[in-house]
Amino acid sequence: MARYDSVLDLIGNTPLVSLAPLTASDPSTAGVALWAKLEGQNPGGSVKDRIAKRMIEAAEADGTLAPGATVLEPSSGNTGIGLAIVCRLRGYPLRIVLPQNVSPERRQLLEAFGVDIVDSPGDEGSNGAIRLAEELAAKAEADGEPVVLLHQYRNAANPAAHYETTGPEILADCPEIDAFVAGLGTSGTLMGVGRYLKEHKPGVRVIAVEPPAGEQIQALRSLDDGYVPPIFDPDLLDRKSIVRPLESIEWTRRLAEDCGIFAGLSSGAAVAGAMRVATEMGTGTVVTLLPDAGWKYLSTGAWTEDLDVVVERAQRIIYF
Amino acid sequence: MAEIRIPTVLRPHVGGAASVRADGATVREVFDALSADYPSLRDHLITDEGTLHRFVNVYRNDDDVRYLDQLDTTVAPTDVISVLPAVAGGF
Repeated sequence: MARYDSVLDLIGNTPLVSLAPLTASDPSTAGVALWAKLEGQNPGGSVKDRIAKRMIEAAEADGTLAPGATVLEPSSGNTGIGLAIVCRLRGYPLRIVLPQNVSPERRQLLEAFGVDIVDSPGDEGSNGAIRLAEELAAKAEADGEPVVLLHQYRNAANPAAHYETTGPEILADCPEIDAFVAGLGTSGTLMGVGRYLKEHKPGVRVIAVEPPAGEQIQALRSLDDGYVPPIFDPDLLDRKSIVRPLESIEWTRRLAEDCGIFAGLSSGAAVAGAMRVATEMGTGTVVTLLPDAGWKYLSTGAWTEDLDVVVERAQRIIYF
Repeated sequence: MAEIRIPTVLRPHVGGAASVRADGATVREVFDALSADYPSLRDHLITDEGTLHRFVNVYRNDDDVRYLDQLDTTVAPTDVISVLPAVAGGF
């Protein structure tokens, strides 16, 4: 089918592509089939289109969101871009609280859609954007302004989007799946896909990879400033491990060089984790999810500049 | 002796060091040994109930010990234990 009434109808049903050039290059992984779900194929360019659409639909359905209201959300970029598309089509003004240390392309894309951007301190990372968005929502409520904070970290529609779409797509396209590996941000992808897979194919392992974000947040005053997303259920994971910026960038390059896949830096982290799992398994089938394409990271020089320079640069931006 | 990497927020409790060393066959034993040298550190790692602090993630060579054997996760002298605050990821 090639005709659609709306760009929103293009969200989801992303392709699963073999990463055989990577697994075949090493005897320890040659017996594993590794597949990557290319979420950069969504119209807003990332996996976050799925939750943007689902969170708006849920808020409209339960009456939280109605014409005349402004949508507010903390985002390091991708959710904001997804929401920008949905809000444009539904007629809601959108205000995004954006950490100052995201790649410039993310900011430019939000500007292209006319989004009202509120800066949050870069040295507070995503924690700071959440805190400021909550403060803005409380102030709007006190002032009687119709502002709706969707809050992807606590919004059940976030994992629901993946339970209803991403998970079924993966199992339909790859019924032989043994393990699913994905990055951990809000945890929505892993919670939704993980729950669906474990309910429909018991025995599938669900594995999270994450950047060492806590190393980079300079403004953290104490551990009590920490954050665990309310939607995160630790029991749905079988394993969680760190992937550092160097490894993320190396695998982002390998995706381009060996597979012809131009993906973002968090995709490199996911593949790094998936290759670790493949090495340990020896045989079987692994599916990983590449959250976005590389366009928004060209300014990092990830593919072309000296690796040490790029790693140092990546440590100063939010790339998940 | 295993190497323990300390996050910025906890470095004041270990004299400002980015990493320290301690003996122990498990994460719990390593933390006990660390607490002997740096008493104020213990409350930031382990709760009164003897479990890991809610906002602390501990990794043995990059694997979160909550998915291994928690505080009973074994530690070899060549292992690196990373302590990191739990913070919001990107979104």
